[in-house]
Amino acid sequence: MPALAPNDLFTILPALLLSLFGCALLVLRFDSPSFPVLLLTAAEALAAAALWRQSGFLGLTGFSGAILIDSFGLLLNTVCLAAALLVAWGAYAHLARLGEDHPEFYSLLLLAQAGMFLMIAGTELITVFIGLELSGICLYTLTGFHRDNPRSSEAALKYVLLGAFSSGLLLYGFSLLYGLSGSTHYPVIARALASHSPSEPIILLAVVPLVLGLLFKVAAAPLHLWAPDAYDGAPTPATAFLATAGKAASFGLLLRLLVGPLHDLRPAWDGLILFAALASLTLGNLSALTQSSAKRLLAWSSIGHSGYLLLGLVAANRSGIEAILLYLLVYTLMTAGAFLLLAGLDREGITDFRGLLWRHPGVSLLLVILLVSLAGLPPTAGFIAKYTIFLSLLQAQKFALAVVAALYVAVSLYFYFRLLREIITPSGPTPPTLTLSTGWRAAVGLAALLSLTLGLYPEPILAWARSTLP
Amino acid sequence: MDPVFFYLFALMTLSGALVTILRRNPIHCALGLIFSLLGVAGLFLLAAAEFLFAAQILLYIGGVMVLFLFVIMLIHLDVHTLLRPYSRLWPLALATTLALALELAWLIRHGLPQLPPARNPLPSPAPGNTEQIADSLFTTFVLPFEAASLLLLAAIVGAVWLARKKEAAS
Repeated sequence: MPALAPNDLFTILPALLLSLFGCALLVLRFDSPSFPVLLLTAAEALAAAALWRQSGFLGLTGFSGAILIDSFGLLLNTVCLAAALLVAWGAYAHLARLGEDHPEFYSLLLLAQAGMFLMIAGTELITVFIGLELSGICLYTLTGFHRDNPRSSEAALKYVLLGAFSSGLLLYGFSLLYGLSGSTHYPVIARALASHSPSEPIILLAVVPLVLGLLFKVAAAPLHLWAPDAYDGAPTPATAFLATAGKAASFGLLLRLLVGPLHDLRPAWDGLILFAALASLTLGNLSALTQSSAKRLLAWSSIGHSGYLLLGLVAANRSGIEAILLYLLVYTLMTAGAFLLLAGLDREGITDFRGLLWRHPGVSLLLVILLVSLAGLPPTAGFIAKYTIFLSLLQAQKFALAVVAALYVAVSLYFYFRLLREIITPSGPTPPTLTLSTGWRAAVGLAALLSLTLGLYPEPILAWARSTLP
Repeated sequence: MDPVFFYLFALMTLSGALVTILRRNPIHCALGLIFSLLGVAGLFLLAAAEFLFAAQILLYIGGVMVLFLFVIMLIHLDVHTLLRPYSRLWPLALATTLALALELAWLIRHGLPQLPPARNPLPSPAPGNTEQIADSLFTTFVLPFEAASLLLLAAIVGAVWLARKKEAAS
C-alpha cells in the first residue's frame, strides 16, 4: 500500500494553498472591505510561487499517478490564476454597487480555482471529475451570487440543471472507460484501449457521451444553449471568471483526455469536434450580430471563440495544440478585460456606450484595444492567437477550414465594430457613468496592456506554448 | 440457506418496487420504496459486500428516505391529483418496458455465456470488505476522497448563500 509522501503534497501544493485561503476567507471576518481581495492576492501570489517551484520538477507524479506536473498543466493553471486575480481586482467595486461585496465571492473563486487545478493537472478519472464538480458547484453559486436579481437566480438554475446533465453524460463515458480498461489512470486506459478499434460500438458508446459532456463544459455549439443565459444573468465579474478560467480548465481536461488516452481513437471523436467547431463559429458569430446587450454580445462571441479553439484540435498536429494553449492565454486576458470593463459601467446595452470616448477617453482606449484584440486584428495579441490557429490548419492542409474560419473573423469584425462606432458617436443623451476603483483600473489596464504588448512582442508566449509539448 | 434468503430479499425488492409504482398515496409509495431498498441491502449482504449494505441502510433508508417522507408530509398539496399512475404517457412507458425486457432476455440468452467467469466467486472473508474499501479510500484514492470534502464544503457554502435572505446577511 503506497503511503502518503511529501512529494504527493508538493504536486498539489497550489490547490492546497488555494483551498486553505478559500476556507480562511470564510472564517476570518474583518471590517475592512479590501481585506478579502488582499487575502486572495496573497493566496494567488503563493500559488504562483508554488507553480513556479513546480516548473523545476516537470514529469513528477503524485498520489500514485493521479496528478502529473508538466508544462501543459502549468501553463493552463497560470491562465486560471491570472483570470482569478484579474476578476477579484475588478470585482469589488461592482459587487459593492450591487450590495453583494462579501468574502464568499472570493472564497468561491479560490475553491473553484483549486478544482480547476485538479481538472488540469489530474491524470485520473475520479480526481478530474471531483475537480470538475468542485469548480462547477462554485461557478453555479457565483452565477447566482446576486440574490436580489431574478435573472441571476434564473441563470444559476439553468446552469445547474444543464451542468448536472452534462456531468452525467461525462460520467457515463468515464464509467465505460473504466469498464474497458479496469483502471481510472490515464496511462493504463491508454494501454487498454490500444487493442480496440475506433469503430467498435462500445468505444463509440464511451467516447461520444464523454466528448459531448466536455463540449458542453467548454460552451461549444450545439451544446452552448446554457452559456448566453448564464453569462448574461451572472454578476459581470462572475461572468468574466466563468468565460475565461472555466473555459481554460475545461479545455485542459478535454485536451488531456483526447490527446492522451483517447488519441488513438481519433476517428471516433474527430467528426464531433469538427462539427462542434463549425457550429460554434457559425452560431456564435451570427447570433452576436443581432444582440442589443453588450454582455450578451460578448457571451455569444465567446461561443465563437470556442469554435476557433476547437479548430486547433481539428488540425490534429502539434502546432494545433500549441495554438490552443496560446489562444486560451490571450483569450483569457482579452475576455476577462472586456467583461470587467462592462462591470465598471452601470448599463449593459450597446447603445449605452454612446459618447464614452468623449467622457472617459482613457477607458475608451482600453476598450478599443480589447475589442480589436477580440476581433483578431494586428497589432494585438488576438491576432497572434488566431494566426497560430490558422497556421496549424494550413500545416495540416485543411485549406477550406482555414478560409471558413477567416471569413468568420470578417463577421465578428462587424459586431465588435458596432460597439466601437457607438463609443465614438458624440451625441449621448445620458452618457454612461463608470464606477472606477483602483483594483478595477489595475485589472482592466493590465488586461488591455498585455493584449497589446503580447501582440507587439509575442516571442515569450510563443516560446512558452511551444515548450509545453515534449 | 443462501438461496432461501436470496429469494426472500428478491421478493422484498420486487414487491416494494411494485408498491412504489402502483399505490396512489405518496406515503405508501415512499414506504414501499424503503421496503424495496431494504431488500437490496439484504442482497448486498448476501454478496459479502457489508460496506454497501451498511451504506445502503444508513444513506438511502436512513437519510434520503426520511427526508423524502418529511418533504411529502410538509408539503400540503393535494398530491392525489398529481400522482395519476396511468397517465397519457402509458404507451411510451409500455414500449420502453418491452424494449428493456427484450434487451434483458437477449442478454441472458446470448450475452451471459460469453462473459468471462468471475475471478473470485465469493470474496475471501479474511480482510473484510469494509477494510478493503477504507484501505483504497485512504491510500490509492486519498486525493479524490479529500477533494470531495472540499466539494461538499463548497456545496454547503453555495446552498447557504443562495437560500439566505439578504436582510439576514447584512
